[in-house]
Amino acid sequence: MKHQPIPGTPVFDGDAAQAGFALNQMCFSFNDAANRAAFLKDEDAYCRKYGLTPKQLAAVKNRNVLEMIDAGGNVYYLAKLAGIFGLNVQDLGAQQTGMSVDAFKQKLLQAGA
Amino acid sequence: MATIIGGVGTTHVPAIGGAIAKGLQNDPYWKPFFDSFPPIHRWLAQSKPDVVVVFYNDHGLNFFLDKMPTFAVGAAKEYKHADEGWGLPVQKSFPGDANLSWHLIENLVENEFDITMCQEMLVDHAFTVPLALLWPGADNRPVRTVPIAINTVQHPLPSAARCFKLGQAVGRALESYQSNERILVLGTGGLSHQLDGKRAGFINKEFDHMCMDKLVHDPEALTKFSALEIVEKAGSQGVELLNWIAMRGALTGSVSKLHSNYHIPISNTASAVLLLENTAVGSELRKAS
Repeated sequence: MKHQPIPGTPVFDGDAAQAGFALNQMCFSFNDAANRAAFLKDEDAYCRKYGLTPKQLAAVKNRNVLEMIDAGGNVYYLAKLAGIFGLNVQDLGAQQTGMSVDAFKQKLLQAGA
Repeated sequence: MATIIGGVGTTHVPAIGGAIAKGLQNDPYWKPFFDSFPPIHRWLAQSKPDVVVVFYNDHGLNFFLDKMPTFAVGAAKEYKHADEGWGLPVQKSFPGDANLSWHLIENLVENEFDITMCQEMLVDHAFTVPLALLWPGADNRPVRTVPIAINTVQHPLPSAARCFKLGQAVGRALESYQSNERILVLGTGGLSHQLDGKRAGFINKEFDHMCMDKLVHDPEALTKFSALEIVEKAGSQGVELLNWIAMRGALTGSVSKLHSNYHIPISNTASAVLLLENTAVGSELRKAS
């Protein structure tokens, strides 16, 4: 049973979960500080260990959130990868919407005005 | 018999935990949010719950996609927090109530909720942040806890109707618990927000206000929504509304709103707080006679 698409909104369904398993599993490992350090020490080796697909490898190398989601990444797990680089969900939001972080924050403030 | 004294709904954004750790409660960005809690603190000081049943969602601390339960009930003597990967300070563990957990589990399965039962269960910010908001101060936790995790990560998610029925079954089970415990029910997360995709930053004030209104006196009105309809109206992560709907389902008596707050934004989220008092219908009848 397939759902109707919601514009601009990834739905993490069975297809995405299957496609994204390796990437999400790698990101899940970043709950552990030692694994975060291992990733920073040798990113390529760490990604190989988790068997990322070529598309996932490219998305991680490009630090591109929309590409990671397109390769099956789930934002809750991806946020742990982003955390390694000191980025939070507002940084992720800005990148995905093509805005500066300040403009993205301003947009949220305006939503409450 | 145990008494369900009320329910609280609150946002659980991780950044709130960061703000607490840095002592930013009076910072202009945070003050409108933190200022909504003193009325709840006063009510808790008067009402003195013994146990809190927490409907929340795990964000990849305890559960991974290898095994993803739709509903999971904690049955541990204590619940540990742990490193979530993005710098939140790890909280000290929370006392459980294994007897009450098993009572809930027995009742839920008897009532055809085929839940997953967990004697070990890490709790993430969706559990720790609301408890820190309700009882500020790391050592000020005068309650035992029972966590109930609802899957809001891996679609298909349970419907609003199913989550409401889960809440109702929890409420009936709590009321049949042979003890004098005073029980608070908590639903965490939301309201509207979206972290992922080109629609990141989406907020829907009108939908949120409608939900907060309906949660008080007409929660059944929210049960018509599928999880995907909530995603569409409240954003991908706004679907955490399911936790609030389950909380409301557990309030089986006569419900009145004591306090609420709605503030945009906290991080990417429309933040909300709702305090509902629950008066058992039986006790009202006893009062009247």
